[in-house]
Amino acid sequence: MTRFLRNQGWVAGLFALFVLLFVLTKLIQPGYGSGDFGSLVRAVLPYAFAVAAQTVVVIAGGIDLSVAAMMALTSVTAASMMNGASEEYALFVVPFVLAMGLVLGALNGILIVVTRVPDIVVTLATLFVLQGAALLVLGAPGGAAADWLKASIVGTLPIPGLPDNIDAWVPKALVLLVVCLCIIWIPLRRSKLGLSIYAIGSSELAAFRSGVPVARTRIIAYALSGLFAAMGGLALTMSTGIGAPIPGPYLLASVAAVVLGGVALGGGKGGLLGPIVAVFVLRLVRTDLTLLAIDPNVTAIIEGAIMVAVVMFGAFITIRGRPAGAMP
Amino acid sequence: MTSSATMPQPVSFGRRVKRFMADRPLVPLIILLVILVVILQILRPGIVNERWLANTVKFAIPLAILAGCQTMTMLTGGIDLSVGTVATMSAFIMATQIVNQDPAVAFLLAMMPAVLIGLINGIGVGVFRVHPLIMTLGTSLIGTGCLQVYQRTVIASGAKIPDFLNWLGTGLTYGFPNALLLFVPLAVLIVFTLRRTGFGRLLYAVGDNERAARLSGVRYWQVITALYVISSLLAGITGLLYIGLIKAPSLSLAEPLVLPSVAAAVIGGTSIFGGRGGYTGTIIGALILTVLTTLLTILQMPEGARRILFGLIVLFVTAAYLRIVEER
Repeated sequence: MTRFLRNQGWVAGLFALFVLLFVLTKLIQPGYGSGDFGSLVRAVLPYAFAVAAQTVVVIAGGIDLSVAAMMALTSVTAASMMNGASEEYALFVVPFVLAMGLVLGALNGILIVVTRVPDIVVTLATLFVLQGAALLVLGAPGGAAADWLKASIVGTLPIPGLPDNIDAWVPKALVLLVVCLCIIWIPLRRSKLGLSIYAIGSSELAAFRSGVPVARTRIIAYALSGLFAAMGGLALTMSTGIGAPIPGPYLLASVAAVVLGGVALGGGKGGLLGPIVAVFVLRLVRTDLTLLAIDPNVTAIIEGAIMVAVVMFGAFITIRGRPAGAMP
Repeated sequence: MTSSATMPQPVSFGRRVKRFMADRPLVPLIILLVILVVILQILRPGIVNERWLANTVKFAIPLAILAGCQTMTMLTGGIDLSVGTVATMSAFIMATQIVNQDPAVAFLLAMMPAVLIGLINGIGVGVFRVHPLIMTLGTSLIGTGCLQVYQRTVIASGAKIPDFLNWLGTGLTYGFPNALLLFVPLAVLIVFTLRRTGFGRLLYAVGDNERAARLSGVRYWQVITALYVISSLLAGITGLLYIGLIKAPSLSLAEPLVLPSVAAAVIGGTSIFGGRGGYTGTIIGALILTVLTTLLTILQMPEGARRILFGLIVLFVTAAYLRIVEER
């Protein structure tokens, strides 16, 4: 139990913070109910996928600056393909866009492995490329989304055997998020591939010498990141009903949530749960600030300050926890 | 030994050229710059004249100074993504404060946020050991928020560009841009600092092997704090120069320069992992990017295609450059 707590301490702390914030929200706005929770989850959805995309790559010891641009490209692709098309056509669009994300992500990885240029520069370059491609697909916000896709994140999922008042707290968006992440993450975490991803993030040389196919693992990590980003792009199209070619603030948010979630930027540490809880915390803070009727510009300052403070605190704890004399 | 000295092994011409370029990393960069200018001249005969030259230099200078910030921080293994926000803040505060204040007071006010953000960055990175990417992204978020709040307070007083900055940003003297008056001493100072002073050597030492530097008595946090304050100050000065060039104060004035400034430093041969590189390469990198932008504008491509090409070229140049330099 203590070992579990030590390992999951950070995530547990985050979760406690989330609950605390939730109680605070209830105090600020006694009427805050299940409907508001549903809209919170809907707002979190694209952020959560962006965070998942960033997490996989960061655990593998890299960073992906092209996450937001990838989401923009997949979002406009989905929106323009579904524009004026039949409802059934969307059944084809969704797997197509996901595959596109996977391939483009893999391309990121291949470029990093082949050119040997630092990942930060490669993904910076692909950021421009994907952004440009998004602008070519759709010059201005537009397109459409199939109705069943839009409906799939609105409302709650009726679960048989659960009373309605509990059921109201299970929005479809949350179910969708959990299912999508679990389908990929849990098998990955338990497989050899997942272990390899952690290994190359922890120490590339050690992984190489223990026979881990470093190049292949890195490419797969970026491909998974692309897949998550494509999910994020789809989530954007689903929640707005259109596609916008200009990337949203997802890059910064994803990096912030990854760090907040206890994933070391050097790689090899952390999991997916922490960053996802972290992104909920960050969004809920924003909701609270809005409920307190604080100027949205001040909200940006507070958000930034929280992020910086938390990161500093986390780094400080890491220094203190390390035996004296051992420096990174 | 002696026989091989008197009768050198026949080395193929290609290898000799490669070795020559690897020994003088500036040569391939200059060749690339010349090739780009020649392509420009072929596409639009007669475009390369004095006016064009002055214009290119004018637009390259702000980029080159910001890239200088990146070069210095990258030498220590860091990066400074807050330069765009800092430059924008200085420019905006200068333009709005000059209306009611003495120029000297306005200048001091404009430099205040730069020092402050630099100090926070430095303390975060140096003392708390936060990853520079996160730290500077966070402070830039806070800075942008503060700027938006500040904008409300000065909305009535309006803004104007001081004549002096106008002269510095756009003026020409005997065909030379006045901005060179600022840039040349600045560049000489940076190159001199990096090559000849103790502080410069400390930067290389910290970036090359932080632990070794620390064990040999380098006060890490002092070096880093000084570095980030200097970087921020340079960014602030760039903002003042840039507002004289663009002449329209806005809240995202220098933001588009941030990623190209990173690209310029990387193209110029500074390693993003620290310990290797210099400022002269960066200046040429900034010139290359500026000429490239002109080239892509002249080809009259849609914005999307232009971004794609920009990304691809940055990636290609970096990869090719790494190949040449690393083949020793």
